[in-house]
Amino acid sequence: MLSKRIIPCLDIRNGQTVKGINFINIREVGDPIELGKLYSEQGADELVFLDITATHEGRKTFVELVKRIAFNLNIPFTVGGGISELKDADALLAAGADKISINSSAIKNPKLIDDLALHFGSQFVVVAIDAKEENNHWEATMHGGRLPTGKELFTWAKEAENRGAGEILFTSMNHDGTKNGFANEALTHLSDLLTIPLIASGGAGTMEHFADLFKYGKADAGLAASIFHFGEIAIPDLKSYLRKEGISMR
Amino acid sequence: MKVAIIKYNAGNIQSVDYALQRLGVEASITADHDEIRSADRVIFPGVGEASTTMAYLHAHGLDKLITELKQPVLGICLGLQLMCRHSEEGDVECLGIFSETVKKFILQHTMLPAMKIPHMGWNTIEGLKSSLFDSSIEGQHCYFVHSYYAETGPDTAAFCSYPTPFSAALQKDNFFAVQFHPEKSGPVGAKILENFLQLKINL
Repeated sequence: MLSKRIIPCLDIRNGQTVKGINFINIREVGDPIELGKLYSEQGADELVFLDITATHEGRKTFVELVKRIAFNLNIPFTVGGGISELKDADALLAAGADKISINSSAIKNPKLIDDLALHFGSQFVVVAIDAKEENNHWEATMHGGRLPTGKELFTWAKEAENRGAGEILFTSMNHDGTKNGFANEALTHLSDLLTIPLIASGGAGTMEHFADLFKYGKADAGLAASIFHFGEIAIPDLKSYLRKEGISMR
Repeated sequence: MKVAIIKYNAGNIQSVDYALQRLGVEASITADHDEIRSADRVIFPGVGEASTTMAYLHAHGLDKLITELKQPVLGICLGLQLMCRHSEEGDVECLGIFSETVKKFILQHTMLPAMKIPHMGWNTIEGLKSSLFDSSIEGQHCYFVHSYYAETGPDTAAFCSYPTPFSAALQKDNFFAVQFHPEKSGPVGAKILENFLQLKINL
């Protein structure tokens, strides 16, 4: 049976992980490779590396980093951040990335999804959507939820699928950072609407939240950052808990 | 040991090379016919579209070359599909090494949880019958990403269910193939690649 996926997300700046990471007994906390390997050994099903570097030099560092990640990891990984043209994606593919994630660049230029899917295949293209709910209306946003885009979440997600996205990564800005659980209602709706896999992000605080996500949110994968980085939830514990809850896990 | 990875217009060949390097093997990524023919092991990887890739193989004489190889050959993902008889993707005749045919997954809305295409993620492989596998691999999870699948048939060496069974692996004589990505399937995938490199078969 196809298992549900658990995906830790790492923010990278100038080749180093950004958030203070608080693993007990791990010294190389800033090194994305060491962290990636650790998560992989713990049973993470995939990893996401988001480059939040703004500078040109930082971009080059990131591509070099992707090469080292690809060499060292034997599980799939997605890279995102700063991809606005085919050549950005091409450099990351050549470096060994399995998938790329695009967000605001797809909103500004939706045809980028078609072009990427045509050149590299849909399996390579993850469209990330950060959306916010207000008065029962979900709207895709940019710049960490501060900038509305005029695109309604469900319409935009379906458009992304039709244009050739291979997966949708949906982050609820209402839930992100709250640790009160995932946006299960919106996720169920999205999952029913889409024929491509759905990754849920935003709101993970407890192991029960992941069980709810897979039982009620109908997502194919759950993504989280700080709860893993700060050791609040250990991946082996999470997966054995979810197995007991009857959810298919690797 | 000389390992050749067949170079053609397909993506993600790099990851296969890295996986071999992790096993201590320096492979050459090549389209050179003599180099491929003289290698001890040949890997035919691939992510891409079937009909355009078949056209490319044909234009470069690689179709004939691959079918005539005598050493152990491992097809991965699209490589497996192209080693079959026919693919629905672009309705194309393939290499015909295996007698199975390749079909597109059909969405089954009645399935719970809802079926998604591509079949993406970790799924179990069962019914293993090939020296590519050992008993430790039965029922283990491997990483799949595909929208087309090879039916089960006489050459099926492992199956996976989504929701109906399809060929997760095929084998005929010196030709081996896996639908999943061993280079991305953690320690299980590494073991399968290692088994391929260590195969002892009479040719």
